[in-house]
Amino acid sequence: MTSTLLGNRSLYLYVTLAGLGVLVPMANLLTPETSPLHLSTYVVTLLGKYMCYALLALALDLVWGYCGILSLGHGAFFALGGYAMGMHLMRMVGPRGVYGNPVLPDFMVFLNYKELPWYWHGFDNFLFAMAMVVLVPGLLAFIFGAFAFRSRVTGVYFSIITQAMTYALMLAFFRNDMGLGGNNGLTDFKDIFGISLQQGATRNAFYVASIVALAAGYAICRAIVTSKLGKVLIAVRDAESRTRFLGYSVEKYKLFVWVVSACLAGVAGALYVPQVGIINPSEFAPASSIEAVIWVAVGGRGTLVGAIIGAVLVNAFKSWFTGAIPELWLFALGGLFVLVTLFLPRGILGLLGRRGAGRQQTSVHAPKARSEGDTQPVKGARA
Amino acid sequence: MNRPETSALLYLNNVTVSFDGFRALNALSLVIDRGEMRAIIGPNGAGKTTMMDVITGKTRPDDGEVIFGGAHDLTALDEARIANLGIGRKFQKPTVFESHTVWDNLGLALRAKRGVFSTLLARATREERASIDELLETVHLTDAKDTLAANLSHGQKQWLEIGMLLAQDPQLLLVDEPVAGMTDAETAQTAQLLRKINRTHTVVVVEHDMTFVRDLDVKVTVLHEGSVLAEGHLDHVSADERVIEVYLGR
Repeated sequence: MTSTLLGNRSLYLYVTLAGLGVLVPMANLLTPETSPLHLSTYVVTLLGKYMCYALLALALDLVWGYCGILSLGHGAFFALGGYAMGMHLMRMVGPRGVYGNPVLPDFMVFLNYKELPWYWHGFDNFLFAMAMVVLVPGLLAFIFGAFAFRSRVTGVYFSIITQAMTYALMLAFFRNDMGLGGNNGLTDFKDIFGISLQQGATRNAFYVASIVALAAGYAICRAIVTSKLGKVLIAVRDAESRTRFLGYSVEKYKLFVWVVSACLAGVAGALYVPQVGIINPSEFAPASSIEAVIWVAVGGRGTLVGAIIGAVLVNAFKSWFTGAIPELWLFALGGLFVLVTLFLPRGILGLLGRRGAGRQQTSVHAPKARSEGDTQPVKGARA
Repeated sequence: MNRPETSALLYLNNVTVSFDGFRALNALSLVIDRGEMRAIIGPNGAGKTTMMDVITGKTRPDDGEVIFGGAHDLTALDEARIANLGIGRKFQKPTVFESHTVWDNLGLALRAKRGVFSTLLARATREERASIDELLETVHLTDAKDTLAANLSHGQKQWLEIGMLLAQDPQLLLVDEPVAGMTDAETAQTAQLLRKINRTHTVVVVEHDMTFVRDLDVKVTVLHEGSVLAEGHLDHVSADERVIEVYLGR
């Protein structure tokens, strides 16, 4: 039983994450800058960013790889978590803004706000803000999912409306009267718990927090997919209507996993914002969500660990590539997706073969097309 | 509520379904008694599968009522609720969960709480393991219990699906073309299996294969253009002029 709960892959992952979590800060803080073992603070922050992306990829793999729900709008949940964190950091700036207003952030003074909009209240409290990091994406996912799954919107139609969702949010957040900084977003953060965000130690702390969040997120996803509920999710992915005829309310299962996934994406966004120092509406751009799908496809969907590997590798590649030939990046990304789809349908983890895969029920194959009559609503069927 | 008093397990009254003007079911009425096994035959497009869809909640009829167990109007319920009332369905094309093992397929079908959180926390009990073992025996799949369902032969998939139906332990089993694509030996075994199941369950079988229907040796309903054309023993209905005309062309 223990080996089922903690397959080889999980063990490797936890050991790797623990190693990275200890060694990277050590190489940054304890070695002199001249040492060949020294890692700059820039690299630490970059790795921290990758960990956030990996958590987003994990969240996406949970719904796409295991339940067949292809979301092209997961960036929205990531960005909402990021905004919740950004709002907290803005409130922590206090009177140190350019305009010196003790309550209102600079952009509000600039836009002639007389008082703090109602939805900004409470964000000065760290715990309240952290609750919002999870609750806001979770609530949006719940409402969106409840309507979409009850109406039996599936497959490509579902993907398109997730894309529309994130696009609509992007347009909304671009507006100045949304009270969230318009197209500049939220930036110029100063500190958290009274400690400067620019300090090396703070950067390392966020890096470690991201690793811990990723490990915890993995543990949650792993617990879900190895449970009986995880088997139901795979059943839904493979033969949705069969699952209904067995008496499972498919929409409730989808809603559950969709909301969990959105909450994880929100946490990823919240850890990302203090490390990059800004959150703006471009995080809602449809292209960002699609990029996350590519990470999962590259790593191997339906494997969890693959999503993490994919996110880290593609982003490392991106960091290098956009440094070398930035104008060609989108072509490289598109090409990568085409190549992976054609030659690595099961991703990098599929390439590594079954080694360490162990139990078949958790290393599921890339989902096939569903059997006939499963996805198309029939006239007269319930809406 | 003007519901007819009936002791029947399943009662279809005047059920009509149209798809874009085409009447798939045309004022169909049908009564299935408890413990009965019924074979439904009819040419392509007679409405056999649509009838199954209506009973299991996949399709909502334009008119008519479907009463289960004398109490529940199935036209108001969704697939999952109907399944939990005790109606199991086997599809025409064998539909099993291909990336799960045979064991897991049966485990998912086994009667248990279907709620999201009870499923999240569920652990297989000893009784559940025992019932799965028993089902594996019944459908001749004990040796294949750890095989992925995708790797089963066509006939084995059909049996697995029947096993999954039994695992649900429904009062009524709807079986759509169970022997399509089976060898003669498998067909005979399937007839035997269905007769065995019928000792404890009510069964409705839709089938094209006349040899198989004859093997089952049960009451037959002939559907044509969405309503009942004839009913009775196979010898009786196959002597019916209208049935001959429908089957042999005019």
